[in-house]
Amino acid sequence: MSKSPHKPASKPTNKPIGTAKSRTIKVDALARVEGEGALTVRVKNGVIQELKFRIFEPPRFFEALLQGRPYSDAPDITARICGICPIAYMLGASQAMEDALGIQVQGPLRDLRRLIYCGEWIESHVLHAAMLHAPDFLGYQDSIQLARDHPGVVEKALRLKKLGNQILEVIGGRAVHPVNLKVGGFYRTPRRRDIRTLIEPLRWAVGAAQELLQVFAGFEFPDYHYDYTCVSLRHPEEYPITEGRLVSNRGLDIAIDEFAEHFSEEHVAHSNALHGVMRGTEHYLVGPIARYNNNFGQLSPSAQQAAKAAGLGPSATTRFTVFWYVWWKCCMPAKKRCDWLRPIRNRILAASTSAPVPTQRRAPEPATAAPKRHAGFAITAMSWTPKAGY
Amino acid sequence: MSSRTPRQSRSRKPKLAVWKFSSCDGCQLSLLDCEDELLAVAESVEIAYFLEATRAQIRGPYDAGRRLDYHTSEDAERIRRVRRQSKVLITIGACATAGGIQALRNFKDVDQFINAVYARPDFIDTLAQSTAIAEHVPVDFELRGCPINKQQLLDVLSAHLADRKPNVARHSQCMECKLSGTICVMVAHGTPCLGPVTQAGCGNLCPSCTRGCYGCFGPMETPNAASLSTQLATLGQTPRQLKQLYRSYNANAPAFRAESLRHE
Repeated sequence: MSKSPHKPASKPTNKPIGTAKSRTIKVDALARVEGEGALTVRVKNGVIQELKFRIFEPPRFFEALLQGRPYSDAPDITARICGICPIAYMLGASQAMEDALGIQVQGPLRDLRRLIYCGEWIESHVLHAAMLHAPDFLGYQDSIQLARDHPGVVEKALRLKKLGNQILEVIGGRAVHPVNLKVGGFYRTPRRRDIRTLIEPLRWAVGAAQELLQVFAGFEFPDYHYDYTCVSLRHPEEYPITEGRLVSNRGLDIAIDEFAEHFSEEHVAHSNALHGVMRGTEHYLVGPIARYNNNFGQLSPSAQQAAKAAGLGPSATTRFTVFWYVWWKCCMPAKKRCDWLRPIRNRILAASTSAPVPTQRRAPEPATAAPKRHAGFAITAMSWTPKAGY
Repeated sequence: MSSRTPRQSRSRKPKLAVWKFSSCDGCQLSLLDCEDELLAVAESVEIAYFLEATRAQIRGPYDAGRRLDYHTSEDAERIRRVRRQSKVLITIGACATAGGIQALRNFKDVDQFINAVYARPDFIDTLAQSTAIAEHVPVDFELRGCPINKQQLLDVLSAHLADRKPNVARHSQCMECKLSGTICVMVAHGTPCLGPVTQAGCGNLCPSCTRGCYGCFGPMETPNAASLSTQLATLGQTPRQLKQLYRSYNANAPAFRAESLRHE
């Protein structure tokens, strides 16, 4: 037998090393995540001494790629940051350009943007929850193994994911890197008859998402709570997707343009992922949990009811929130959201690498990753470096 | 290849490995995007390595290895190991077949790029150029696109299983437009379009949206880019615009690279 070309993944070294009082957990290549990352945790007497989340993918230099290009190239080029969530980048780049040009996209075009964003959330989050994360909770290597024992769950998830992609295709032309979005709106408005084809599948999706929510509610989650600083958008009239003010549960309330005055990005040696830091405070959380916590009141009554039925309040701190959120959003395409902010450079990166680590948290399963937040895409896509030995 | 026994009739399933180096993951995702076919694909092959989809790993040799994305720095040795262990190596997507959008750095000083993005350039280790896999190891088939077309991916996979040639057209995007009855945006609207020199396969997406093709499937077989540039110039495109038109997701593909340099 020859050695696997992917040396770290072929020989996981994630077995605890050292005595019961002192041990090191190393996962050299995280499986079932987008991008390439590694995790090292050093524990002594039950207290984590060191935690390093290392993104080792090589840099792609998107900020530099945009220099000297026409403004109209920005959405398509930045889409290539991530093939799973290109809309986040396309709309982020478009809105940055529109800000510069003094344009506001309103009315039906704004609605279409919200709708295509919802499509992206459905395909992206179903992919992550059902195909990348659920196998860990149920003890399988992957969703294909999972499908052998729970075919209904996987088939339902695949159908939901397909619906998300269908929304992207109807409005954007294709599911990965859509071609129909541009600064100022769309190249061509979708045909009414094509939009109509989405109605029936969306009706089905409401029930399917609720059923999957029940499946996920039955998973065993670690009894872990942490009082995060949650940062997200907030909009006075709707669940925030692309517009609003930047708020936190600790009193932050600023316009997006003020981002650079309150946040900075740090570059650390062990990872090419830039670390987002809020000035004057510690690390902060973005993504679905933060958005949920900061905007529970903007969810539809039925979404709030589903949250309560799943045992969640207006402010949830466990990872279970992620799963509730992922599934419930599938039945609420008009109430989708994301933390993407208009200025491209002002994206918020979750401080997942150096956030305070709960000591009572269960050790990671071998070769698996913690449930991934949306900001992880930005981390993996924007900055990476190869290391010796790969 | 045709003299062999079809792989499906063998007692064991062929082993498929999917290797990712650096990219947006969109092409890799295309396999998971085959919602209707995914479970059938999993029945036909043994997925031996696909880190994004599974933590299960099966050691080589592999019947088919599919490579995504360009490689950098120490990844070069890893690619050679992949090649040694794979009976068939297929590269998928513009990053693997041409260097991808990040190959724009090939036309500039990479240090400028590092300084523009990173606070600590000394932490960054990268190659000066982003290049196609085929420039480094022999490749059995290149599947184009940024992103690839998932139907073409399924065809390449089934072609391998059936020991036949993949049914992937090398003609231009113009053919696709004509076949589907899409109005030519360049003739009808005067919109600059790379369709005449770009390989078909996307499903004439951009012209269907009244937009000019931006070449995400790379150059067609024997493209006449110089002639297209002449026509685009008569439509009012400046040399700078022409250069940027060819310099995008397949900027380092030889035909596009040569034409963009002509307008430097």
